[in-house]
Amino acid sequence: MNKKFGIREVVAAGIGTALFVVLTQVQIPLGFIPNTALQPRMAVLSFMAAIFGPLVGALIGFLGHALGDALFYGSIWWSWVIPELVVGCVIGLFAKKYAVREGGFNGKAIVRFNVVQIIANAAAWIVCAPVLDILVYAEPANKVFAQGFFAFLGNIIIIAILGTLLLAAYSGISGKNAALKKED
Amino acid sequence: MKPIIEFRNFSFQYRTQTEPSIQDINLKIYPGEKVLITGPSGCGKSTLAHCINALNPCSFSGKTDGTLIVDGKTPSQEGVFGMSKTVGTVLQDTSGQFIGLTVAEDLAFALENDAVPQKELFERVDRAAEIVGMTAFLKHSPTELSGGQMQRVSMGGVLVDDVSILLFDEPLANLDPMTGKTTIELIDEICHTQDVTVVIIEHRLEDVLYRDVDRIIVMEEGRIVADEHPDVLLSGDVLNKTGVREPLYVTAIKHAGGVIRPEDHPQHIETMQLEPYREAVRSWFSQAEAPASKKSGRPALALEHVSFSYEESEPVLKDVSLQIEQGEMLSIVGKNGAGKSTLASLIMGFLKPQSGTIRLNGEDISPLSVMERGEKIGLVMQSPHQMISKPMIYDEVALGLAVRGVPEDEIKERVHQVLKTCGLYQMRNWPVSALSFGQKKRVSIASILVMNPEIIILDEPTAGQDYRHYTEIMEFLKKLNEEMGLTIVMITHDMHLMLEYTDRAIVLADGEKLADDTPARVLTDESIADRAYLKKTSLYDLSVRCGISSPDEFVDRFIAYERAKGGDRI
Amino acid sequence: MNKLLSYCEKDTWLHRLSGVTKLVFFLLWCLTSALTYDTRILLVMIVISAVLFAMSKTEWKQISTVFKFVMFFMIVNLCAIFMFSPYQGTAIYGSKTVLTGFLPGHDITREELFYLFNVLIKYFTVVPSVFIFLVTTDPSEFAASLNLVGIPYTIAYSVAIALRYIPDVQSDFTRIRNAQEARGIEMSGKARLHDRIKRTASILFPLLFSTMEHIETVSNAMELRGFGKKKKRTWYALKGLHRNDYLVLIGTVLFMAAAMIITYADGNRFWNPWI
Repeated sequence: MNKKFGIREVVAAGIGTALFVVLTQVQIPLGFIPNTALQPRMAVLSFMAAIFGPLVGALIGFLGHALGDALFYGSIWWSWVIPELVVGCVIGLFAKKYAVREGGFNGKAIVRFNVVQIIANAAAWIVCAPVLDILVYAEPANKVFAQGFFAFLGNIIIIAILGTLLLAAYSGISGKNAALKKED
Repeated sequence: MKPIIEFRNFSFQYRTQTEPSIQDINLKIYPGEKVLITGPSGCGKSTLAHCINALNPCSFSGKTDGTLIVDGKTPSQEGVFGMSKTVGTVLQDTSGQFIGLTVAEDLAFALENDAVPQKELFERVDRAAEIVGMTAFLKHSPTELSGGQMQRVSMGGVLVDDVSILLFDEPLANLDPMTGKTTIELIDEICHTQDVTVVIIEHRLEDVLYRDVDRIIVMEEGRIVADEHPDVLLSGDVLNKTGVREPLYVTAIKHAGGVIRPEDHPQHIETMQLEPYREAVRSWFSQAEAPASKKSGRPALALEHVSFSYEESEPVLKDVSLQIEQGEMLSIVGKNGAGKSTLASLIMGFLKPQSGTIRLNGEDISPLSVMERGEKIGLVMQSPHQMISKPMIYDEVALGLAVRGVPEDEIKERVHQVLKTCGLYQMRNWPVSALSFGQKKRVSIASILVMNPEIIILDEPTAGQDYRHYTEIMEFLKKLNEEMGLTIVMITHDMHLMLEYTDRAIVLADGEKLADDTPARVLTDESIADRAYLKKTSLYDLSVRCGISSPDEFVDRFIAYERAKGGDRI
Repeated sequence: MNKLLSYCEKDTWLHRLSGVTKLVFFLLWCLTSALTYDTRILLVMIVISAVLFAMSKTEWKQISTVFKFVMFFMIVNLCAIFMFSPYQGTAIYGSKTVLTGFLPGHDITREELFYLFNVLIKYFTVVPSVFIFLVTTDPSEFAASLNLVGIPYTIAYSVAIALRYIPDVQSDFTRIRNAQEARGIEMSGKARLHDRIKRTASILFPLLFSTMEHIETVSNAMELRGFGKKKKRTWYALKGLHRNDYLVLIGTVLFMAAAMIITYADGNRFWNPWI
C-alpha cells in the first residue's frame, strides 16, 4: 500500500484535481433514464487513484468534486463530496495490486480493479451518500437510495469501460516493449 | 583558479538503459565563465546538465562512474535540494516550471520552501523581479504572460536564491526569434552583473552566439568531441560532422569557397573581419542561380476580410485577406499572440468569424461543420501527444476513417498506403510508444493524410526539435508537397523553416496582415521583422557587409543553392 | 470557461479579510447549515448571507448563469422528493393537513409544502456563501489559509496546484477536442452509448497522457526548487489577521453556538410552527 505523499503525489493530486474539475463539463447522457449522465471524470478519478494510491485518490475525489461543484454550480453538496473521497480512496488502497506502471494491467489485475471499483462505488453511493442525505437534509429514504443506486450504476459502468480502457492503454505504454520486428 | 564544475573520467548510465548515456567526460568550467554545451538530440548534453543539478541520479536513477565536483560538493551526495542552493536550473518547459499562481509567488517559491519569513520574502522577490525586469507584472497569472516573460520569471525564480551557477536547459526552444534574442541579452547581462557561472545547453547555436560565450563544448554520442573558443570552432568542421547547424553566414561563406580563420572572429557577423571573404562571396552571388518561381495560380483557400474577436474591444484578427494556392508550401509567421492560431481555428471552424468569408476552391465553407471541413483540411497539432489517441500505430492512423464508417477493406488499403508514404509501413503493428518523437510526429501526420485532405495545416511542425529531426520532418513534408501536390500551410516562428522550405510567408502582427511576400524579402526587411518579432537573418548582414545591393536576392540564391544540394544534409 | 465563477479583485471589507477568516467562516457556516433544520435560523442565515453578498459588491451577471442552474436543479430535486415521498412532511411534523388532492396517493399537504420550503432555504443558506467565498478570496491566499488552519502544507499545495492548472488543462482540453473533432471524433451528436464512450476515450487519452507527462515536469521543477524538504514553509500570499478578522471569527463562533442551542433546545432539529 502506497501511503507516501511525496512531491510526485502532491503534484498528481493537484493536476488530477484540475483535470477532474475541467471534465465536470463532459457528460455522456444515458438516454434511457432522463436527467442522468455518465461522468467520464469518474474514469479519470479511478485512473489516478489506481496509479498514485489512496491519498491522491481521496484528495482528487474530495477536492475535485468540491471545487467542480463550487466553480460550475456555485454550491457544494457535501453529502456527495464525501462519497467521492471514498471512491478515490478505496480504489487507491489496492494500487499496488493492479501493477499499472509495471505494465501488468491485464487479465487478473483488470478483474481485481473492477471488483474493487464496484465495492468502492457501492460503499460510496449506496451507503455513504444516502445516509448523509438523510442525516443532513432529512430527505426521504426511498428517494435518496434510488438516487444513490443510479449514481452507483452510472459510475461502475463508466469506470468499468472507460477507466479500464485508459488504465490498460497506459499500462501498455509504461511496460517494456517486447522485441519488435519490422515487417515487410 | 579552481574550477567550479569539474568532471573527471565521468560517466552516467540510466537504470533502464544498457549503455552509458555519457562517458569519459573530462571537463572543467571556471567561475564566471559562460559556456555553451551543444550537440544533436540524444548526444547526452541534457544528461550532463542533469548530473550537475543532481536530477541524475537522484530523480532519474542510474549508475555514475568517475568524479564530479560542483562548487566543492558532490551532487549525487547532496541531492537535488542540496544542489539547488548552488545550481539554479531553468528548464526548457518554462510553463511547467511556473508553479505559483502569480509571478510574485513563483519568484518566492524556493524561498517559501526554505521557510524564509514573509517580510524577507517580499524584499527578495522585489529584488529578483527587478533583475529580470518583471516588477510591473508581480500580480500577473501565468496565463497572462508571454513565453518570454514566463522565462524571465523562471530565471528570477532561481536567482532569488543567490546561486553561483545558472544552468539553462534549451532556453530558446519555445521562443520566437526576437524573444530568443532578448533572452540571450538578459542571460549575458546577468552573467556580467550577478557574479555567476552560466552553462547553456542549446542546439540553436547561431542564436546563442548573439552574445559572446567563452567556450563551446560539442557532444556526440555521449562524448565530448570539441571544447573550443567559438572563433576556433566555427573555423573547423566539427559542427557539420555532428549535425549541429552552424550559423548561416558561415555556411554561406563556405559555399562561396571561403576558408574561415579564427583570427577573423567569426563569432558575430556584425564584428567579423570580412575583408578576406568579400570577393569570394560577391562572385558566388553573381554566379549563383536565381530560384524559379512555382505557382499554380489556382486558389485553394481564400480568406476575404475576415475579422474575429472574443471581446468586442479587443479584436484578435482585423480584416485579414489572403490566398493560398494549390500545391503551395507556405508559412504563416508572427509572434505569439499575433493571431496565427486563431486564424487556423477559423479555417477549421472551431471558431466563427464575426465578418468575412472563407472559401475553399471558390466555395464559401461557412455552412460546413468542423467534421466536414476536417475531411478537406487537415490540422496537425504541435505535439503528437496532443493527437495520438490509440495505443497501436495502425489503429491511430485508421481512426479518422473508422469513425466515418469507411468499410474495413478500404481502411486497410488506405492506411497501408499512407504508412508506406510516411515510412512507417514496416512498423505498422507496433505500439506508438515504441517510436521516437519524430516518428510519432509522422504518425500524427499520417492519421491526417489518410483522409486525403486537400490542404494540411501544421502548427509549429518543428518546435523543440534539433536540426536532424527538423530536417527529417521538413524533407518529409517537402516530399509530400512535391509528389502528391499537397498544399501545406505551416504556422511557425522558425525562421530557418520559412526561409528554407516555404515559397511565401504571410506575416501577422497584432491581428493584421503585415506582409505577404517571399521569406527572403520578409527576413531582410527590418521594419517587418521588428513588428513581427522576427529577426533579420544573418545572411542579410553578410550581404550588406559584402556590398551586395540586393540582400533578398542573395538570400534567395543561397536558399536555392542549399535546396539543390538538398539530400546530403540529412 | 467564461461561465466559471472566479475571484474578482475589488476593495470591500470582505475582500480585505484574511483568507483564513473567510475559510473558517465558510466551513462553520456550511456545518451550521447542515446541522440545523430550524426554519427561523435558516431564515436568519439567508438574510445574513444576502446582506454579505450585497456587501461583496458582486455583480449579478457574474453569477446569474450559475444561479439559474442551481434554481433549476432545486426545483427538479423538490419535485423528486414530493414524488417519492409526498408525506415526508407529515412524518416530520406529526400532522397531516390536506390542502388539495393532486395525484392518487400524492395529496398536497401543508406539512409537505413547509418541509419542501425548508429544504429549499437550507440549500440557499449555502449558495451565497459559496459565491462570496469564491469571488472575494484570492486563490493565492486559499492554499496558505488551508495550511494555517491545520492542513499539512503538502496537501494545501495540491490545492494551489489545482487552481494553478485548471486554466491550462481547460485550454489543452479544448485544443484536443477541437483537433479530434476535425478528425471526425465528435463527443456530442447522436451515437450509440458504446460508441460515445469510445469517442470520449479518444479525447481523454491524449489529455490524460499529456497530464502524466506534465506531472513529471512539474514534480522535477518543484524538487529543483526545494519543495518538501522542510517541516514547514512560509507563504508569500498569506494575509495576517486584523481587527475585522477577529470580529468576524468571534461573531461566527457565537452565531453557530447560538444556532445550535436554539435548534436543539427542544431536542428536535426541526422547528414546528403548528405546536
